Amino acid sequence: MAINTGLAQLSEGLWTVATGTYMLAVVAYTGEYAFGKSGRIARTSTAVIREPAMAGAVATGGSGLPPSPVDGALYGAQYGAGTVQRRDSGNRWGRAAIALTVLGLIVHAACVIIRGVAVDRVPWGNMYEFTLVVGLIAVIAWLATLARMPQLRYLGLFVMLPVLIVMFLAGTLYTKASKLVPALQSYWLAIHVSSIAVAEGILMTSAAITAMYLIRARYDRISAGVGADQQRRFATLGARLPAAASLDKAAYRTVAFAFPIYTAGVIFGAIWAEAAWGRYWGWDPKETWAFIAWVVYAMYLHARATAGWKGSRAGYINLLGFAAMTFNFFVVNIVISGLHSYAGLS
Amino acid sequence: MRTAIVLLFLLALASVPGSLLPQRPLNPAKVQSYLQTHGAWGRFLDAIGGFDVFGSVWFSAVYLLLFLSLIGCIVPRIRVYARALRSQPLKAPRHLSRLAENGRLDSAMSAEQAAQRAKAMLRPRWRTVTRVEDSGAVTVSAEKGYSREAGNLLFHVSLLVALVLIAAGRLFSYQGSVVVVEGTGFCNPGLYDSFHAGRSVDESKVAKFCIDNLNSFNATYLADGTPSQFRADVTYSEGANGAPKHDLITVNHPLRMLGDRIYLINHGFAPTVTIKRPGKAPWTDTEAFLPQDGFLTSEGVFKLVGPAGESKDIGLQGLFAPTPQDKGNGVITSISPQAKNPVLALFAFTGDTGVNNGVAQSVYTLDTTKMTKVGAKNLAVGQSMSLPDGTTVTFDGYKQWASLQVSHDPTQTFLLIAAVSMVTGLLGSLVVRRRRIWLRISEVVPGPDSGDDAPARSLVEVGGLARNDSGNFTGEFESLLADLRTALDVPAPAQSPARAVGAGIGKD
Repeated sequence: MAINTGLAQLSEGLWTVATGTYMLAVVAYTGEYAFGKSGRIARTSTAVIREPAMAGAVATGGSGLPPSPVDGALYGAQYGAGTVQRRDSGNRWGRAAIALTVLGLIVHAACVIIRGVAVDRVPWGNMYEFTLVVGLIAVIAWLATLARMPQLRYLGLFVMLPVLIVMFLAGTLYTKASKLVPALQSYWLAIHVSSIAVAEGILMTSAAITAMYLIRARYDRISAGVGADQQRRFATLGARLPAAASLDKAAYRTVAFAFPIYTAGVIFGAIWAEAAWGRYWGWDPKETWAFIAWVVYAMYLHARATAGWKGSRAGYINLLGFAAMTFNFFVVNIVISGLHSYAGLS
Repeated sequence: MRTAIVLLFLLALASVPGSLLPQRPLNPAKVQSYLQTHGAWGRFLDAIGGFDVFGSVWFSAVYLLLFLSLIGCIVPRIRVYARALRSQPLKAPRHLSRLAENGRLDSAMSAEQAAQRAKAMLRPRWRTVTRVEDSGAVTVSAEKGYSREAGNLLFHVSLLVALVLIAAGRLFSYQGSVVVVEGTGFCNPGLYDSFHAGRSVDESKVAKFCIDNLNSFNATYLADGTPSQFRADVTYSEGANGAPKHDLITVNHPLRMLGDRIYLINHGFAPTVTIKRPGKAPWTDTEAFLPQDGFLTSEGVFKLVGPAGESKDIGLQGLFAPTPQDKGNGVITSISPQAKNPVLALFAFTGDTGVNNGVAQSVYTLDTTKMTKVGAKNLAVGQSMSLPDGTTVTFDGYKQWASLQVSHDPTQTFLLIAAVSMVTGLLGSLVVRRRRIWLRISEVVPGPDSGDDAPARSLVEVGGLARNDSGNFTGEFESLLADLRTALDVPAPAQSPARAVGAGIGKD
């Protein structure tokens, strides 16, 4: 069957819409982060003398950056509107952010599905498509988390910013809609690649949580007066993050959820390799790095249960595992040639 | 476990060069060119096993150490677990209110009755034991999630088994590959272009079968030149005198029989030439040419070997382009893997090919050291070239060839079973929640003025401990308390105030 060019173009248009919608969502999350109840402005501005309100909301929200702690007092002084009013506006930003995220998700899902229909196969046959799917799973994971813990909404910026980056990355990896080469014509493509994509989407979330954990843990150490000589960079962000223990636990649970999926995904890959390449394992660069990432996450699970390795050390191992996985996706696909060279980039 | 972490780290680290340096088992030619361009550094890497990382001494050392530490860790744990399965839940700690999760209920039952009710409620999922303390208080200790450790042990034992199977697979497996031109076949056991067998393969017991004939090889392409399908149509027979059967071998569908698998690995073109020497019978030959690029620009040779000592051999070096493009100087390359007016460029040599002197030669290269070049021409199908002695060489046409690989590994099925039980164990060890709870039920002594027939009352203290991080124990404990209230006929407390932002998330 030929490729449906019209649908392929529609899918590409939807990518633009989804990315734009996510961008607006990020702006709205930033707005909530800045003006919400637990926002920096809300807390610092109550301490300063109120001056006539200005259109600060738009100015700060639109800049796409949360105010730095140094600027906090300044913003508070300049734009310090009434606290009650500000709380409302934070909430409004937050609701808008969720609405935009859901809207973006729908468009994003449509983009992926229509791509699949256009090429008449599963929509994860090259790097562009795979990246879109990983981003889609990350957004679903975020909304699912919110459904259970709505109080985490103010952290949306930290989740949706990486997703936005993933969407742009997909754009740079763009590949024309095409059929699959013979090696990929197998039902294992649906099983192996989707399980790996799901695992990677979840492990990406875990890495984001771990990054927050490390910031919060350093903030706690500095606040407690331990290691006051350490660099304060980033640590000040920790003030508004959830408790270190919660973040650590959430990071562990996401890995515990994703690790069996990832293991199964690698085993599916081995079963497929046995049918396609004549051996179940051959130390192809992709296989080697899948193995390395698996071993590093195994290290994380062990470290998490070992005295002296718990806490920040385990956190760094988690980030190392994500780094190995990212390396496997980008560097191995694009730079190192091997049997898994399906990037579709030339 | 510190040892395990360090060894896992070393294992990950040791694997890295295996992906960054060319590896001999994967691509010997790449290793050769790396050695040529990197001089002493390349030789040093070669000496320390850098080009066969996964077969090197240090890589084996790391995984052997990991293997030993795994055994050293698992054996005692199995013993401990076996003991834990037989033992009863631990005694209740003195101060239940100091546990992370705790609560108290006021029940209108006697201590004994309350203990019985609570046990009945817990029984289906918890292992429980009732004890009476010196003070007269009744305690119920309950524990669940024993299968977590079972899953963990299953994972590690399966991992050990898998490692043993992988090692055994190396000893008992074999793999051979052969280039088959359309219209020909091969047998197993038989002559392969390359053949690797493990040390313990008994050659007299390998499966007997023949691919009698490659009826046709078919490659189809999309309009933009990317391949859409490769298909080898074969006739084969199982056993020594099996009836001929028919099958299609495609990229993801090997032919499986008698525990062996036959894969379609590669494909290419095999041009046919006829050499007519004056006064001699014509000689026709088809030779597989090796692809040099993705458009199947292919190289190969024809060797017409005369009687030894005469030095009248004819050698043809050829370059085949399925869709040729002339670069303007007579040098052609292919611009598509599909055959469309193909051209065979030939360099003709006469002299001694060296085939007769007993040294094995590659069928894809011509040793021209004792030969003289006598002509060169680009031929389309049907065209001929003449050599000075009156010999003519005709490009008759071409066939296609398929490279087939025969693989045998008797451990595969068992390895798959080990892998499945690894995942099963992993799920158990990560999903099952290990919990302990204790109840201390003390009967409230009725006041002196309430009389002998005052109803019994008891205070139930409950404490819980999560022995691992999975799940949200705070929530679980709350619903457990609710169940206990129902079981002990305690009215639910007034609605607790709404939770603050983030409350409870980090508590368990």
